[in-house]
Amino acid sequence: MLKCRTVWRKLAPLAKCSSTLCRQNVRRTGLNNGRTPVCVPAARMSTGPVGGGGDNLKYALLVGAVSAGGLLYAVVTMKSDQRRYKERMEELSTRPQKTSITEQTQSEPPAVPEDQPAAAPSIEETSSPAEAEAPKEETAPEVTDTPPVVDSTPVSLKLPSHAPYLLIGGGTASFAAARSIRARDPGAKVLIVTDEPDLPYMRPPLSKELWFSDDPAVTETLRFKQWNGKERSIYFQPPSFYIRPEDLEGAENGGVAVLNNRKVVYMDVRGNKVKLDDDTEISYDKCLIATGGIPRNLQVIERAGEDVMKKTTLFRKIEDFKSLDKVSRNVKSVTIIGGGFLGSELACALGRRSTESGLEVIQMFPEKGNMGKVLPEYLSNWTTEKVKTEGVKVLTEALVKSVNCKDDKLEIRLKDGRVVTTDHIVAAVGLEPNVDLAKSAGLEVDSDFGGYRVNAELQARSNIWVAGDAACFYDIRLGRRRVEHHDHAVVSGRLAGENMTGASKPYWHQSMFWSDLGPDVGYEAIGIVDSSLPTVGVFAKATAKDTPKAATEKSGTGIRSESETEDTAVSPVASDTPSPAAEHKDDFGKGVIFYLRDKVVVGIILWNVFNRMPIARKIIKDGEEHADLNEVAKLFNIHED
Amino acid sequence: MKDFSKDPPQHVFQIHYNGFIDGSPHYKIIFVTKEDHEAPSNAELVEEDPNDPYEEQGLILPSGEINWNCPCLGGMASGPCGTEFKDAFSCFHYSKEEIKGSDCMEQFTAMQQCLQLYPELYPQEDEAASKQSSKDSAMYFSRLFLELPTRLCWRNFQ
Repeated sequence: MLKCRTVWRKLAPLAKCSSTLCRQNVRRTGLNNGRTPVCVPAARMSTGPVGGGGDNLKYALLVGAVSAGGLLYAVVTMKSDQRRYKERMEELSTRPQKTSITEQTQSEPPAVPEDQPAAAPSIEETSSPAEAEAPKEETAPEVTDTPPVVDSTPVSLKLPSHAPYLLIGGGTASFAAARSIRARDPGAKVLIVTDEPDLPYMRPPLSKELWFSDDPAVTETLRFKQWNGKERSIYFQPPSFYIRPEDLEGAENGGVAVLNNRKVVYMDVRGNKVKLDDDTEISYDKCLIATGGIPRNLQVIERAGEDVMKKTTLFRKIEDFKSLDKVSRNVKSVTIIGGGFLGSELACALGRRSTESGLEVIQMFPEKGNMGKVLPEYLSNWTTEKVKTEGVKVLTEALVKSVNCKDDKLEIRLKDGRVVTTDHIVAAVGLEPNVDLAKSAGLEVDSDFGGYRVNAELQARSNIWVAGDAACFYDIRLGRRRVEHHDHAVVSGRLAGENMTGASKPYWHQSMFWSDLGPDVGYEAIGIVDSSLPTVGVFAKATAKDTPKAATEKSGTGIRSESETEDTAVSPVASDTPSPAAEHKDDFGKGVIFYLRDKVVVGIILWNVFNRMPIARKIIKDGEEHADLNEVAKLFNIHED
Repeated sequence: MKDFSKDPPQHVFQIHYNGFIDGSPHYKIIFVTKEDHEAPSNAELVEEDPNDPYEEQGLILPSGEINWNCPCLGGMASGPCGTEFKDAFSCFHYSKEEIKGSDCMEQFTAMQQCLQLYPELYPQEDEAASKQSSKDSAMYFSRLFLELPTRLCWRNFQ
């Protein structure tokens, strides 16, 4: 119809023209049967007198040519229109195919053949039976390149194509969520997808307890002694707790399955499904993103090249612990760059080794003292002195300018001119939250804190929650924040699990964190603990009784708020040296430090006082302005044990 | 913050003002003796709402129901024997018999059977349990469930 109209439009003037001409010529040649209108229109063009036969021929030719031209034009236009129409229809029909192609092969170049969609369903079914055994065996099989023939794969060895609860990431937050979901939803089927080869494990012992173990096989067993003398593994549960991913769909009472060595590369939020790095698609009802983060590296090291990178450890996972343990036994000097929790803990752990092996341990960072961004200056200085007594050479106010590899040793040049020669570097300079899925899933990333932006209920979008290190969430009491601590991962993971099973609870229970730097310095903290905030510290005179070690031995009870967290506490440190009895009145043995924001206590550190976390939690929760913080400090009974 | 530098009260041992930023004290340190803290605190705390829906609950919720997400249960309610455990513990909890739980033998046995399938997860402490009579079993299980919360916290149950 459109065709006709456009064609007619094009033809119309020509038609008019030619018909006018025709009529005119007809009149002129007198072809009509004498009924020529007497009054000839005055506007007739006067090309000349109505001529004779020669002219008639010319006119006839002219008309013919014009008509032919017109017809030709019309035909050409129609043909081209038809062709364009065909092309357009083809394009429209291939468009749905094209979008599914881009979904499935995001990493591939755009020029994709159109028979891809047919191949996709068969890819889903090609799962190697060998990989199905991965969760059980602790070995790490590589993703097979050649998928087995679809026909021969029995149905029971298929990976699930749908998981009611899909947890991306296999760390602390993910495991806490899995446990919460299973507790609240009877028979829940939970699938954890992780790119690590290990089952979910806890991270704090990797930089603390495991280093203090007497067992020479600790890198294999990964077992450590807790505060109560009992040994446990860093794995939250042994392999028998989990079921195989292949058995998940058929499990009558549900269960938790872990799919190792697979990375989620694409998320289709509207379709409620994800795609793995081996092109498997898994759909879900509820999804949790608990991807944690990747250790940051110093730019100077990255730019320094392969030789330097080979001698650098970015510490986070079990494999990093294993490799650093090996390295520390084989080199003469190790340098830790970073003065925060991880850096200081590793420095102390390696420092204790140095007394036995003669290993030189150096720690360098830009701040004025250890934990300079967390502790007020006086306490940071005091902590630095303690770290030095652990056998660590501490270089403060050290900014790394360049790192070079010379004669198989690393040469670190600092901005102020100092040069440090070492064999191996451990970089503990922060964590980059993993937000790889933000783009494909259309999730917001927070520009201030990093990580996925979620609301107070930890929800990012419909059916998607985020917990742990990667979550930038809204804390009702303290405002928007992102927390990178173990207890927070447990608390947020548990909350996300509750909300995934219909709870709609906001982040309310404040998580805490702790650190131990040797036998003399141990503290627990809660809330916002930032040294840029004004602080008030209330201290008691320290005696030999006031150390984590002593507190443990005396009470024989938990010195950490473990009933809320997964069991991770510092082992009784096997120290031969007696704790120094602090006589000096300026010694910060035991106390409470309040962090204030607008006169309200937003953070509390319990310095060498234990078992008082519930009171601290209460004070933060109240959010009241207290005129005299000494009165508040009385609530903690810092002079008691 | 009160300004102590002009008129230090008697009981406070020592005060330092250090670290000023823009004229206001950035950090303050107070050293106190045991005597200083003897008098009860006059700090006011907000009264606790027992029905606070957000607060971390214990094993038994205010409504009387069991909080399966209580950390004190460890992995019991979420592991492979979670369903059996929930059935058994629920039955025990709501049991009105004289010997609490004596009407739950079926659930107890099912749970026991399941626990035995996973010795790595649930090491059997009481070898004699399997040999007990039904009445003794009820007593055994009631004891088990009554001390469940405290037991699990100390044992670091997996």
